[in-house]
Amino acid sequence: MKLTGAQIVIESLIKENVEVVFGYPGGAIMNVYDEIYKQDKFKHILTKHEQGAVHMADGYARATGRVGVAMVTSGPGLTNAVTGIATAYTDSVPMVVISGQVPTFAIGTDAFQEVDAVGVTRPITKHNFLVKDVKDLAYIIKEAFYLAKSGRPGPVHIDIPKDVTVAKTKFEYPEKIELKTYKPTYKGNKRAIKRAVEAIKKAKRPVFYIGGGSVISGAYELIREIVKLTKIPAVETLMARGVLRYDCPYLFGMVGMHGSYAANMAMNDADLIISLGARFDDRVTGKIDEFAKNADIVHIDIDPSQIGKVIPTKYPIVGDVKMVLEDMMPMLLEDIDPSRYDEWREILNRYKELYPLTYKDSNEVIKPQWVIEKAGEMAPEDAIISTDVGQHQMWTAQFYPFTYPRQLLTSGGLGTMGFGFPAALGAKEGRKDRVVINFTGDGSIMMNIQEVLTGYKYKLPVINIILNNNYLGMVRQWQTMFYEDRLSETDLSDVQPDFIKLAESMGGVGFNVKTKDEFEDAFKEALNSNKVAFINVAVDRREDVLPMVPPNSPLKNMLVFKDEK
Amino acid sequence: MRKIISVIVENEHGVLARVVNMFAARGYNITSLTVAPIPNSEFSRMTIMSEGDPKIFEQIVKQLYKLIPVYKVIESDDFIEKEMAMVKFPLKDVKDNLADIDALARCYNGKISNVNDKSVVVSVVDRPNRIDNFLKAMQAKYKNLEIVRSGVSVIER
Ligand SMILES: Cc1ncc(C[n+]2csc(CCOP(=O)(O)OP(=O)(O)O)c2C)c(N)n1
Ligand SMILES: [Mg+2]
Repeated sequence: MKLTGAQIVIESLIKENVEVVFGYPGGAIMNVYDEIYKQDKFKHILTKHEQGAVHMADGYARATGRVGVAMVTSGPGLTNAVTGIATAYTDSVPMVVISGQVPTFAIGTDAFQEVDAVGVTRPITKHNFLVKDVKDLAYIIKEAFYLAKSGRPGPVHIDIPKDVTVAKTKFEYPEKIELKTYKPTYKGNKRAIKRAVEAIKKAKRPVFYIGGGSVISGAYELIREIVKLTKIPAVETLMARGVLRYDCPYLFGMVGMHGSYAANMAMNDADLIISLGARFDDRVTGKIDEFAKNADIVHIDIDPSQIGKVIPTKYPIVGDVKMVLEDMMPMLLEDIDPSRYDEWREILNRYKELYPLTYKDSNEVIKPQWVIEKAGEMAPEDAIISTDVGQHQMWTAQFYPFTYPRQLLTSGGLGTMGFGFPAALGAKEGRKDRVVINFTGDGSIMMNIQEVLTGYKYKLPVINIILNNNYLGMVRQWQTMFYEDRLSETDLSDVQPDFIKLAESMGGVGFNVKTKDEFEDAFKEALNSNKVAFINVAVDRREDVLPMVPPNSPLKNMLVFKDEK
Repeated sequence: MRKIISVIVENEHGVLARVVNMFAARGYNITSLTVAPIPNSEFSRMTIMSEGDPKIFEQIVKQLYKLIPVYKVIESDDFIEKEMAMVKFPLKDVKDNLADIDALARCYNGKISNVNDKSVVVSVVDRPNRIDNFLKAMQAKYKNLEIVRSGVSVIER
C-alpha cells in the first residue's frame, strides 16, 4: 500500500516510539497536521510560539534522555524555532525538528513564507535535510533520529516541501542504519586508556573535571563509584550538576566564572586534570594562558574535535565517557591507595573553609540564595529544576542541592533567556511524576510567558520562582563592576507586570512574596495548586553573584565575598 | 601559513555549502577550491587551498570530520600539486610573438590552445608556484591579458 509523505511522517514517528510532538501548524505543514488529527498514537502539544515548542522538546529531551520532537511550518515558523534549535545544539540535546517548506517547484522563487530553511539551520544543527523526493523520506527520518541520539547528540532538522507531503510511495521503515561517513567512536583506545590510568596513579594532585558528557553517556553511577573508591577530588561544570550528589565529600563544587573558590583552585593547583566529557569552555578556564599551568590533561570525549581545541592534551581518549570508564575502572582500582590524595584533599578543604560558598542572610530583605536553599529543602529530592539565564541561574547552580544528573535543565552553552519555563513544561510532560520548578528572573520570565496557556491547557503544573530584583541583574552586576555602575537599560522597576493577574488570566496562579514566611506558604500552596504557578519573590535588588572570576582573568584571581577576612 | 587539504564527501545536496561554511564561520580565507565527482563512487573530492593560523586550521579539519557527509579529510606534506591556467591575449598584441609564447607554454606543460581573429588562448598545467612564475613572465611582457586559474588539485604520492 502506498502512503503519502504526510502519512509517512506519522508512521515513522510512531516507529520511533515518539510519545509527544511539540508544535505549531501553518500552510506548508498542514498535510502533516491533517494526519496528526487522524491518529491517536502520540500526543501533540500545541504551544503558543514556535520557540516555546522547541524549548519544550528540549526540556523533554534533557529530562528524559529521549529524543525531543518539534514541528513547525515554513518561513516564520522555522525562524521562530531558530533560538530553540541553537540552544539545543550548544548543549548537545537530542532533538528532531520537522518543518514544512514551500513546494519543491516554488523553492527559490521567493514564494510566500519561503526561507532557505536548511541554509538557516546549517550552522546550528548536527545535520539537516531538505527532502526532495518522497521516496527518501522514511530513510531520512530514520537517519535523523539516529544522528540526533548517537555519538555526540544534537538537533537534526528535516525540511519537507508541501508537495512531498502529498506525493505517495510505498512505506518501508529501515530497521537499521549504516552510514559510511559517520561512525562515532564509543570504545576508547586500550593503550590510551592504560597510559591515562598510569598518569592518574602517578599524579599527586589529580582532579576529576566532570562535564555534560558524563550526564549524556549515563556514566554517573560509575563516576560516583570511582570517586568514592579513589577519593580523588572532583569538580563539576554547570552542565554536570548532579552527577555527584551535592553532599559528596569529594565534590568541591562547580568550576568556572561563578564556581566555588575551592573548585577553581583545584583546577589551578592540579597536576592532572581528568576531563570527563567537559570541553574547557571559556567560562570555565578563565584566562587561558594562565589556566592549570602545572597540569597535564586527560581528556575523554566522544567528539574528537573537542580534544585539544582549547588546551594541549597529553592523554587524549576519544570515546563514550561511560564505556571508557568501564574499561578504566578495574585498572584504576587495582592497588590504588586513596590515602595518597589525603594531603591534596586537605589543601582543597582548607580553600573551602577559607572561602566557602556562602551569602549573608538578612531579616530585612529576602536573599535570592535563601529562596533557592529553602526551595531545595521543601521540594521533593527528585524535583526537576530548570532555570532561565542570569544571576538566578548561577545562584541555582551554586545553592540548589542537586542529587542526580538530568535534574538541572539550563541553557549553559547559548545562555538563552526564555528557556526555563517552556523547558520546564516539556520536562513535566516527560516526567509527570516529578515536581518541576523553574528558577527565573523578572527579565527572563517575560520571554515565553505566553506558554502559561500551554501549561493550563495540557495540565502541566510547573512552579516558576521569580527571583525578582527589578533588574536585568546579571548585566546590572557587570555594569556595577566594570562600568562604574552606569546602569544602561537594565532597571526594570517601572515595567513590572502584576504577576498574580497575569497568571490568573491564563489559568495559572500567582503569589507576591516579600517575607520568608510568605515564601514558605506560597511554595506549599503552589505545590498543591496543580496549576502553573508564579511565586514572585522580591529579593535584595543589589545582590551580586559571588565568587567571580572576572572576565579573562586567571581562575586564582577570584573575587570573593566583600565583607570577609 | 599555506595549507592544502583534500576532503572526500558524499555527493549530496548542500555538502559544498557545509564545507565552505566551516571556513567562513571561522574567518578563514579559502584561496582556491576545486570539486569534482570521484568516478564510479558516490563521493566527490574537494581540494581546498587556504591561508591562515595553523591552530584554527587544525580545528577546521576536526570540525570537517564532524560533518555527516564528510568521509575523509586528507592532509599531507607530500601531495603532487597541479593547477591549470588559461591566458587570453588580444591577437594584435601578440601576432608576431606566437612562437615565443608557444615555446614558453611548453615549458609549463602547455601550448596555444586556440587562435581566432581576435585572440589567442594559451593553457598550461603545473605546480601553483610555477604557474605564478609563468603568469608573471607573461604579464611583464604583454598587456591586456585575461587570466583564468583553475585552483589547485592534489593527489598523495
Ligand atoms: C535572549 C537573551 N537576550 C539577552 C541576554 C543577555 N542577558 C544575560 S543575563 C541577562 C539579564 C537577565 O535578567 P533576569 O532574567 O531578571 O535575571 P537576573 O540576572 O536578574 O537574575 C541578560 C539581558 C541573554 N542571555 N539572552
Ligand atoms: Mg532580574
